[in-house]
Amino acid sequence: MSNWDILLQQIINGVSLGAMYSLLALGFTMVYGIIELINFAHFNVFMVGSFIAMWTLEAMGFAGQSHVLYGLPLAGILIAVFVVTMLGSGILGVAIERFALRPLRGVAGTAPMITTIGVSYILYNVVLLGAGADSKNYSNPMPNTAWIFGGVTLRLREVLLWTISLVLMVALNYFVRRTKMGKAMRAMAQDQEAARMVGIDVDRVVIITFFLGSALAGAAGLIFGLYYNYTSYLIGYTSGLRAFTAAVLGGIGNIPGAMLGGVVIGLIESLGGQYIAVRWTDIIIFSMLVLVLVLRPSGLLGRAAPTRS
Amino acid sequence: MPILDEQPTPSQRPPPLLEFKDVNTYYGELHVLKDVDYRVGQGEIVCLLGGNACGKSTTMKTILGIVKPKSGTISYAGERINDLPTAQRVKRGIAPVPEARRLFPRMTVLENLEMGAFTRDDLVEIEADKERVFGLFPRIKERLKQQAGTLSGGEQQMVAIGRALMARPKLLCMDEPSMGLSPAFVEQVFDIIQVINRQGTSIFMVEQNANMALSIANYGYVLQTGQVVLHGSAQSLRDNEMVQQAYLGEMKAEPAPVGANGE
Repeated sequence: MSNWDILLQQIINGVSLGAMYSLLALGFTMVYGIIELINFAHFNVFMVGSFIAMWTLEAMGFAGQSHVLYGLPLAGILIAVFVVTMLGSGILGVAIERFALRPLRGVAGTAPMITTIGVSYILYNVVLLGAGADSKNYSNPMPNTAWIFGGVTLRLREVLLWTISLVLMVALNYFVRRTKMGKAMRAMAQDQEAARMVGIDVDRVVIITFFLGSALAGAAGLIFGLYYNYTSYLIGYTSGLRAFTAAVLGGIGNIPGAMLGGVVIGLIESLGGQYIAVRWTDIIIFSMLVLVLVLRPSGLLGRAAPTRS
Repeated sequence: MPILDEQPTPSQRPPPLLEFKDVNTYYGELHVLKDVDYRVGQGEIVCLLGGNACGKSTTMKTILGIVKPKSGTISYAGERINDLPTAQRVKRGIAPVPEARRLFPRMTVLENLEMGAFTRDDLVEIEADKERVFGLFPRIKERLKQQAGTLSGGEQQMVAIGRALMARPKLLCMDEPSMGLSPAFVEQVFDIIQVINRQGTSIFMVEQNANMALSIANYGYVLQTGQVVLHGSAQSLRDNEMVQQAYLGEMKAEPAPVGANGE
């Protein structure tokens, strides 16, 4: 492999990781955008999502990576699993909002944020107790088909995961830009009281935001499993923290920023691992975070500090 | 509380669209509105005068349901609306032009107008109302694609009024419509308010510019530290010595009413 091949290979890997971080970062940024809450439960909604997907695949008769599909059957199974996983995670997110956070709406200070940490621990321990502490061999119907260009390997699963991530992000963007409910979300992010005064039902917008953010986290959890071929009750923390960093890096509250931040973090992880050392990855990522917060506190795409009256 | 004159007497005013009866509102421990009575008759322009921190903005928030009263009755179109959420009030025809405009700064002018019609589903009628807004404010039509936050203060006020009209309101609640506008623009805004009123919308207006407000209003209330201390026809308020001193800047130079500052 030439140096250029290695670079290109790591860019491919980085974009794959980045797509997953982007999906996960979107949930942080959307919830922060409308109610200014850092939702730490999101870490483990992602983890639960990967389990929901694995169990769904197992229920469909897939175990491990031996049973592979091609063509339309593969597309059909993938769509079905993504739909079930996203619905399940979305409902989990709505339940968290409804039972743990809504009673605290209007409570000033850090109580809601601390509550999300508590909910995160509950999800973590429920999965630990229910599924066990060992890593799970992920059910994966995707074949190992790959194309080799010189020294660079491009796997079919990467192309599929990029496509799925892209479709989800384009759909989210369309929803937020063009639909009435999406516009209500943006209006609420810009001025909650004015949004209330034009007749927007704030509770409903919050529920929909939690649903969408959590559904995307579930999709990211499924992508994690399909990419790494394993899952575990532990995966929420590392990936969640990196995705959170991605959201801050892009400018928290900013949807395109979260997408960009995710890809940047993915590339740092893969390139840093290649050219520096894997054990330095987190140090590089979080040093970047500190640098961004010092030099450009509103993030890469963020606006100058929002003025609130 | 004193009624300044019997012309028109309450019974001669048009039937009420909005009515406050003995309304008390609190912010935590702070008693803001104290046994307040207001009435906006159908087709009227009613203005509320008062200094800073006297409860004017709380009045607006109470009408819209953003603040709920602790006691008393708020009725609108014959219905008690104390417990009705804001969205339902907007749907029934109460639309605000909030203090400082409160447009959605990073949405386009067109999107801001469309947000005003959020509670409506009648697409054809919404289009018709858009044209009506463009008729009132031709300048808006030239700026549809521009982000609302980049407009001048006067243009923002036009969009804010336009956004409220998109709800097709029966009652328009305007909080300081002249604030921060140049004198020429203030004049224009008050002309527009009269046009909107003649088209059949009742108007409840909180305003520091008492001169302008009383020149177009039918009826007025004076609020001091949360209490209605005077009310009467706009003409009678303009003739009232206390109002002249405190709000119209005549006779004495000091503009603030007793107890209305610095609280």
